[in-house]
Amino acid sequence: MENANTQFQQWEVFIQAKNGSPFEHAGSIHAADKKMALQNARDIYTRRCEGRSLWVVPTNAIAATVAEEEAEFFDPADDKIYRTPNFYKMPKGTTNL
Amino acid sequence: MNEDQRLIQFEARINAGEKIEPKDWMPEAYRKTLLRQISQHAHSEVIGMQPEANWALRAPTLRAKKILLAKIQDEGGHGLYLYSAAETLGVDRAEMIEQLQQGKAKYSSIFNYPTLNWADMGAIGWLVDGAAIVNQTMLAKCSYGPYARAMLRICKEEGFHQRQGYEIMAKMMAGNDAQKAMAQDAMNCWWWPSLMMFGPHDADSPHTKESMQWKIKVESNDKLRQRFINRTVEQAYHIGLTVPDPKLKYNKETMNWEIGPINWDEFWNVVKGNGPCNHKRMAHHIKYHNKGQWVRDAAIAFAQNETFVTAL
Ligand SMILES: [Fe+2]
Ligand SMILES: [Fe+2]
Repeated sequence: MENANTQFQQWEVFIQAKNGSPFEHAGSIHAADKKMALQNARDIYTRRCEGRSLWVVPTNAIAATVAEEEAEFFDPADDKIYRTPNFYKMPKGTTNL
Repeated sequence: MNEDQRLIQFEARINAGEKIEPKDWMPEAYRKTLLRQISQHAHSEVIGMQPEANWALRAPTLRAKKILLAKIQDEGGHGLYLYSAAETLGVDRAEMIEQLQQGKAKYSSIFNYPTLNWADMGAIGWLVDGAAIVNQTMLAKCSYGPYARAMLRICKEEGFHQRQGYEIMAKMMAGNDAQKAMAQDAMNCWWWPSLMMFGPHDADSPHTKESMQWKIKVESNDKLRQRFINRTVEQAYHIGLTVPDPKLKYNKETMNWEIGPINWDEFWNVVKGNGPCNHKRMAHHIKYHNKGQWVRDAAIAFAQNETFVTAL
């Protein structure tokens, strides 16, 4: 825990806006433990009812891709438009498809 | 890829309107400028809580007190969003706070003015937050992703800050002569400092060109200031306030309200630390930061103990 005496560990905050919605990243906070992390996240990111459910994750537990490797990393998906419905030609007059 | 090629690629991304994210390559000057600007912005939000907190226990009604407390809490939140954005550039919050307390980092000079009467709460919300909104709406379009996102969130929250301020001013201007005089006095105190919040004129602002090239800023100081003036002059007249500038006049061709000269000597004097409250603001920040040490110690001891117990 870096700088433990002055600022606590860093956590990333994810908010679910309403039941059934995805959890979305809101930002980060500092806290000494999970409970404090949830309370701080509530006070900082949901003062105006932005959500009813929260996740907090220690920042150093997150792995991320980098822009420089973006092309190489994602290009396996680039030439596979047959994964989308519009790739396929349907006979004239087909309905409900 | 060498440095030159990286720079070309970086500038191409900026010109294409892409956002730069923390782990992307960026020129050292870009990182440094952003770090200085974002940490300065964070410090301003936090120090800005002090002049308003001065009235938290003396607000005239329960309604006014609730609103004021909510606004002050928002400003603390803004400071935290911005410290988080600055941390993505590789400096931790403790270091930034240390720089503030040692006088190595600046905050907005406007918060070095005192709040002597209740109308000052109105003038701060309407003028100071109003100027901040004009600036922050521009910064929400900046090229650095975490800063732009923090600005969007802040802009959403600022709307009520400015309106509650204007409401205070409007109420006082609808009151008795003493109340009107107080409101006008607050207008006289805060008008010029709020215009100075946009920084020096473009011709005297050496960083502007580079900042605009890299879209750290997307509009210049003078352009933003003019936008604020045009909006605010009409709001002042609407409730019967006089703008304390005898040279103020409307230019029909440009459709701008043109102001008289700004007293930059005063501005630089306050920046250099000679404003009415510079010393007080910093002493207060240090005192309460140190007073909170036992809370931080206790939280850490508790967290460590908890990990120990779970490990068993
Ligand atoms: Fe703010
Ligand atoms: Fe505000």
